[in-house]
Amino acid sequence: MERAIITVIGKDMRGIIAKVSTLLYENEINILDISQTLMQDMFTMIMLCDISEKKTSFSQLVDTLDRLGKDLGLSIRIQHEDIFNSMHRI
Amino acid sequence: MITPGEIIETIKMISEEHLDIRTITMGISLLDCISDSPDKTCEKIYDKITTCAKDLVKTGEDIECEYGIPIINKRISVTPISIIAKSCIDVDDYVKIAKALDRAAAQTGVNFIGGFSSLVHKGYTKGDQRLIESIPYALSETNCVCSSVNVASTKAGINMDAVLQMGHVIKKTAELTADKGGFGCAKLVVFANAVEDNPFMAGAFHGVGEGECVINVGVSGPGVVKSALEATKGMPFDIVADTIKKTAFKITRMGQLVAQEASKRLGVPFGIVDLSLAPTPAIGDSVAHILEEMGLEKCGTHGTTAALALLNDAVKKGGIMASSHVGGLSGAFIPVSEDAGMIDAVKCGSLSLEKLEAMTCVCSVGLDMIAVPGDTPAETIAAIIADEAAIGVVNFKTTAVRIIPAPGMAVGDMIEFGGLLGTAPVMDVNRFSSFDFVTRGGRIPAPMQSLKN
Repeated sequence: MERAIITVIGKDMRGIIAKVSTLLYENEINILDISQTLMQDMFTMIMLCDISEKKTSFSQLVDTLDRLGKDLGLSIRIQHEDIFNSMHRI
Repeated sequence: MITPGEIIETIKMISEEHLDIRTITMGISLLDCISDSPDKTCEKIYDKITTCAKDLVKTGEDIECEYGIPIINKRISVTPISIIAKSCIDVDDYVKIAKALDRAAAQTGVNFIGGFSSLVHKGYTKGDQRLIESIPYALSETNCVCSSVNVASTKAGINMDAVLQMGHVIKKTAELTADKGGFGCAKLVVFANAVEDNPFMAGAFHGVGEGECVINVGVSGPGVVKSALEATKGMPFDIVADTIKKTAFKITRMGQLVAQEASKRLGVPFGIVDLSLAPTPAIGDSVAHILEEMGLEKCGTHGTTAALALLNDAVKKGGIMASSHVGGLSGAFIPVSEDAGMIDAVKCGSLSLEKLEAMTCVCSVGLDMIAVPGDTPAETIAAIIADEAAIGVVNFKTTAVRIIPAPGMAVGDMIEFGGLLGTAPVMDVNRFSSFDFVTRGGRIPAPMQSLKN
């Protein structure tokens, strides 16, 4: 399984999860886990996703999420899970 | 699973603290490009580089996108050209080779190509002599080519003929690129104890002990270390050192991941990760600011050498376990023009050339990206090189000089190089002559390796 982590950081508002998960559904990405928290007054949502059946290329996915983020005034990133594993796990 | 706190920590390092992979450098052996005519050599060099590195930039960009970590430069290093270009008989032939390298760099889309180099720490071959003579022309007539000359080693001593010649070569390079503030000199490094697997420019070359093709990665991240140290205000040095070690470990793990991934995707063996703290002119990406965070009012004041020694050592200790192979220059870089804190320290009179020289005794590399007045004699530049080489040779470490005698500029002027090379404040040099010293010629013998006091 190829896994990626999506992070959404910004001001809390209605429909963030709905909009991000719709976009993921359209791209055939399965959400494995979601956590949501307030960190230093910022809304932070972290999604662990299975991207092995994704419909588009990774770079298109980065662009699509970035555009959605700009529309909502949030920062939305998708990164391969390995970057976090390699930094924080031996 | 990774915790949200850890995920946010990584993202903050990248988005706010300038964590990046400074370079993916592909080392390419050109030994099979040696041929009986300069034109044929050029053709073989161009073909080999553009074949080996055709996917380098694209692969770098893909990794950058998928992992969300900026990879600032993609570069190529090649076998020292003095070894490859044996068929070249005059300066023009060598310039031709430099242009072939430049064309290959442009075709592959890399930022720099290093290896217009010569190793003359013990003596010159005829080819070395001519290559060195051609450096000013090669650097002024190309865009991406970087050059380096190794003039000293712990086992051979210091080749003072080469040191003097480099003084003149640097002056000539500055003259030929006077319209850009002597920019050519920013692409030229004079080494003692040069390493064969350095991914950083301008001193990268692919040593003859290396394989056919290899991927080396240089990491960066002064901003991350500075930010981690902000939480240790007033605490003892044991805690400072531990904090740097932990941060260096995390930064290096990122470098290791990128290096392995690039190596796998390109089908090229992984060489080393260079554990360096390489600053950029961006605010918040300065090595000087780390030293100041330790409690120095301004970088360059008394205590700076000790602070830098601690930093350099802790970076290595933290990084070494994070990577399967560590190499290159590995340590803290102190290029003046590329570091906002260093520039400030020079401007306010806290940091002098003499202090920088002392700092190079305990950190990676040496006098780096330093601008001096345009009227500095070649012999004085040679003497600066000799001093720096002596530090490297005696301490069994790499040292280097990348100095820009900026034409028409005087102490206090600023030279704008742009991009990662930044802005250099012109620094004062000692005005007493070293002429009779550097013109003696010959070799300074290799130092004792015992009785080390």
